[in-house]
Amino acid sequence: MRIPCPHCGDRSHDEFSYGGAADRRRPTTADFGPEWLDYVYLRDNPAGLHRELWYHGSGCRCWLIVERNTLSHAITAVHAVLPASSPAMEDA
Amino acid sequence: MTGDQTYRRADGGAIDRSRPLSFQFDGRRYRGYQGDTLAAALLANGVRLVGRSFKYHRPRGILSAGPEEPNALVELRGGARREPNSRATVAELFDGLEARSQNRFPSLSFDVLALNGLLAPLFAAGFYYKTFMWPAAFWEKLYEPLIRRAAGLGRASGLPDPDRYEKATAFCDLLVIGAGPAGLAAALVAGRSGLRVILAEQDFALGGRLLSDRRWIDGRPAIDWVAGVVDELGTMTDVRVLTRTSVIGAYDSGTYAAVERVADHLAEPPPFQPRQRLWRIVARRSVLAAGAIERPLVFGDNDRPGVMLAGAVRGYLNRFAVRPGARAVVFANNDEGARTVADLAAAGVAVAALVDPRPEAAAETRRIVEAAGARLLRGAQVVRARGGTRLTAVELAGVAPGSGIDPVIPCDLLAMSGGWNPTVQLTSHHGGKPVWDATIAGFVPGTVPPGMVVVGAAAGHFILADDLAQGAQAGAAAAQALGVTAAPVPGFSADPETAAILPLWRVPGARGKSFIDFQNDVAVSDVALAEREGFRAVEHLKRYTTLGMATDQGKTANVNGLAVMAELTARSISETGTTTARPPFTPTALGALAGHHRGPDFRPTRLTPGHDWAAEQGARFIEAGAWMRAQAFPQAGDADLQATIDREVLAVRQAVGLCDVTTLGKIDLQGPDVAEFLDRIYINGWKTLAVGRVRYGVMLREDGFVQDDGTTARLGPDHYLMTTTTANAGSVFRHLEFCHQVLWPDLDLRFISVTEQWAQYALAGPRARDVLAGIVDPGFDLDNAAFPHLAATETRVCDGVPARLFRISFSGELAYEIAVPARYGDALARRLMRQGADHGITPYGLEALNILRLEKGHVAGAELNGQTTARDLGFERMMSTRKDYIGRVMARRPALLAPDRPCLVGLRPVAATATLSGGAHLIARGAVANAAADQGHVTSVGASATLGHWIGLGLLANGRARWGEIVRAVDPLRGQDTEVEIVSPLFYDPEGKRLHA
Ligand SMILES: [Zn+2]
Repeated sequence: MRIPCPHCGDRSHDEFSYGGAADRRRPTTADFGPEWLDYVYLRDNPAGLHRELWYHGSGCRCWLIVERNTLSHAITAVHAVLPASSPAMEDA
Repeated sequence: MTGDQTYRRADGGAIDRSRPLSFQFDGRRYRGYQGDTLAAALLANGVRLVGRSFKYHRPRGILSAGPEEPNALVELRGGARREPNSRATVAELFDGLEARSQNRFPSLSFDVLALNGLLAPLFAAGFYYKTFMWPAAFWEKLYEPLIRRAAGLGRASGLPDPDRYEKATAFCDLLVIGAGPAGLAAALVAGRSGLRVILAEQDFALGGRLLSDRRWIDGRPAIDWVAGVVDELGTMTDVRVLTRTSVIGAYDSGTYAAVERVADHLAEPPPFQPRQRLWRIVARRSVLAAGAIERPLVFGDNDRPGVMLAGAVRGYLNRFAVRPGARAVVFANNDEGARTVADLAAAGVAVAALVDPRPEAAAETRRIVEAAGARLLRGAQVVRARGGTRLTAVELAGVAPGSGIDPVIPCDLLAMSGGWNPTVQLTSHHGGKPVWDATIAGFVPGTVPPGMVVVGAAAGHFILADDLAQGAQAGAAAAQALGVTAAPVPGFSADPETAAILPLWRVPGARGKSFIDFQNDVAVSDVALAEREGFRAVEHLKRYTTLGMATDQGKTANVNGLAVMAELTARSISETGTTTARPPFTPTALGALAGHHRGPDFRPTRLTPGHDWAAEQGARFIEAGAWMRAQAFPQAGDADLQATIDREVLAVRQAVGLCDVTTLGKIDLQGPDVAEFLDRIYINGWKTLAVGRVRYGVMLREDGFVQDDGTTARLGPDHYLMTTTTANAGSVFRHLEFCHQVLWPDLDLRFISVTEQWAQYALAGPRARDVLAGIVDPGFDLDNAAFPHLAATETRVCDGVPARLFRISFSGELAYEIAVPARYGDALARRLMRQGADHGITPYGLEALNILRLEKGHVAGAELNGQTTARDLGFERMMSTRKDYIGRVMARRPALLAPDRPCLVGLRPVAATATLSGGAHLIARGAVANAAADQGHVTSVGASATLGHWIGLGLLANGRARWGEIVRAVDPLRGQDTEVEIVSPLFYDPEGKRLHA
């Protein structure tokens, strides 16, 4: 599989590591309960479009959100997680 | 009769008669020519019997002329290069080639195990499941060795492979798979359009079927057309032609795997050349022009040497100028029977008959058969082949009674054709299911991988002029799809032909064993048995009978097998289904997949800047992650490794030791929000860490278990330096990037790994300060008050070398770690050794480091095993209650707070001389040592030179409340059962006085 990194271009998947489903929100509650169990352990396993995290460790070191079809491995969109407004992107 | 190329034609063919080659088969010397395959050269010399079959040891010859060969499997070469199960039909002849038949005992022509054939009922489908069920102990001792001797293939050399293999990556606009007429036309037009093209062909010559059939293109012999195309492709700088290259897999995003047999056609690889090269080809578009594979016909004893595929017969006649027999019968259910008759006759082989089960024959067929002096037997079938180690006659059915035709025809060659199976395997590698096409009686591609177009015979088109046009159009279409102006698509003309077929899956009334899968000895009777016993689904049929499960993956067998099952169950072939083809398409050497990743080159090795220095000190190295680290530094006077370790440990405790700790992960963090970030990463607080101080930290995973530990120093107001364990350096860095980018992008900080930029040494022991004093600047105050335990600073050493100095200790002694830019690492180690000579400085390795940390109860990899919590390891009081941090909530799950969770304890053998072993289970005294009685395990052990006995760390249920209790450390693997006392993990200097000295 090849992932088109928005910073580095089309690269082989072995430059990346997988980070699981995107769009998970770390719970704000300090109480142990279903919210935390869900965040840490429970994942959808969709047959089809999946928004997921990939880390370009052998490239720009950015975490990316990749929209991938789990049936065909077709990738329809890739963008960096870090928003352009982030302090870390200021002089990038 | 053999040994003199009696069956070689006087002229013609693509062999080079000016380059004779000598080779051996089963110890006998033969001659062939450059351009021969081993199979062609054997046939030229009249060798028909080439091997024995897998289960029944039946004599087998050469069936095909290509990679689909199920019968002619031989051992090639000798010594360490011996390779079993090599297909004689693709092995190129070279001078001095040695080949041996396989699977025969004691000799090929007389095989005592052929009596397996008489035991055929025992070896019928499902025999593994039925015969060898009981008793279980018999399997290992009796059945398996017996079967392995009786049924099996060639022998591996058993020696290390002397050859090299390499991997290469290539990118192209268009990958063309197969260089037959369609593939050549595609490459030609794509190349003319300016695309970057890779043309991969498994054969050593380009042309595909055009090499084997006497065809005409644009009014000239097809091989002349091929030569013209090859010449033109050779002038195109963006076209790379890979011969001897099999595309073995189609993967995602247009990625293909291919194996190039760089030197298999030579006695041994030339200097600096690999034997094989594994290509990863990334192609924007691909054209699959892999052709088709001919099907055998299924009749009695159809495996006799001399029964061959008709297309292969034409190949031997035309390409290799070999007559595979002297008197032939052709048996075909399609229009290629006549072509075969014509070619045989043209080569001077007597043709007795064309046996065609179809009732009608075209006028052209009748003319050809008549001209060949042969009989045309319409509506007839071959029901049995006669002969033992070679074919002697065929028995016919369907010959009209009273016609005067003898239903037994003597012959030594039977050319058969049951039609052609398009080579669709690569189209299935993405899960696409081939579709049954009744017109050609074969499977054609269904859904194909993105970017792939299938043309020619691979798509089920068997008319040459159409194949050429399709290929050319595919080449042009690829150009257009990639936004390039396509070169004009030329028109092609070819000699006229027809391709009608009447399916014939098994000959009715066949006598004898009718084989479907030659390599695995699966016959019609086995498929029938599977059907009777209910294994009717294709995947069940395959596994029950082993149909298609040999190294040829059923290339000649699968369709016949499932068609017979369809007939037996009165279903259509579409309803019966097909099995899924998976990579690799052809048998692939493990060496090619491994490439250079073997032995010491299995993966890249990381060396610290002080590696050479350590080697000069006599270091014995050990792998630590990807690093090589000094395990110990043996000296001449050391009795054994333990003595070395003891000496190194005592040197640290009594004088001073030097240890390379460069491999610890180092992460430089800068920015106003670093302290806040560290607060969220570590369980303990960081906002109170002053500039110039260092603190130990523990980080959890979000699930509440410990991820890593290490120290972080504050070098400036906004500048921190974190260390991680060697093993987790990469994963912790990735974790930090996740936390920053995904969880808290609003935090203003940056960080980067500086592990390789800095060399770092631990200087530990009561004399450490004395040694260090010799390299710091004169004004630098090392006094305990000025630079106390857990102090850190940026400074200079050795007259101006930038350095970072930390007062931290893993050993529990007065200790410092000094980091310098990597290029100074080697020099610093040497300087410290000189500086410390008068103080007894001693380099120490990982073993001593481990003993020193055990004596202080510090946890390491065996305790940070991903299943322990901070509480388990005794860090509960470090866990801040005043802030959020990764893992905080999940670490407080009730189960992780249970009092009986295994937690860290020290272990001391009750008998002073007893040893301990890592991994031993902790069991109560008097209890039976079984899983139910398991209370924990021993994680780390070592012989403590300081204390004079063995010590260990372990994880024991409710361990903190059990100090003073005696339990047993039981290690059934090593036969140990040792009484141990549960003690504090802090074995040495529990007050920490030495640390603050
Ligand atoms: Zn990137």
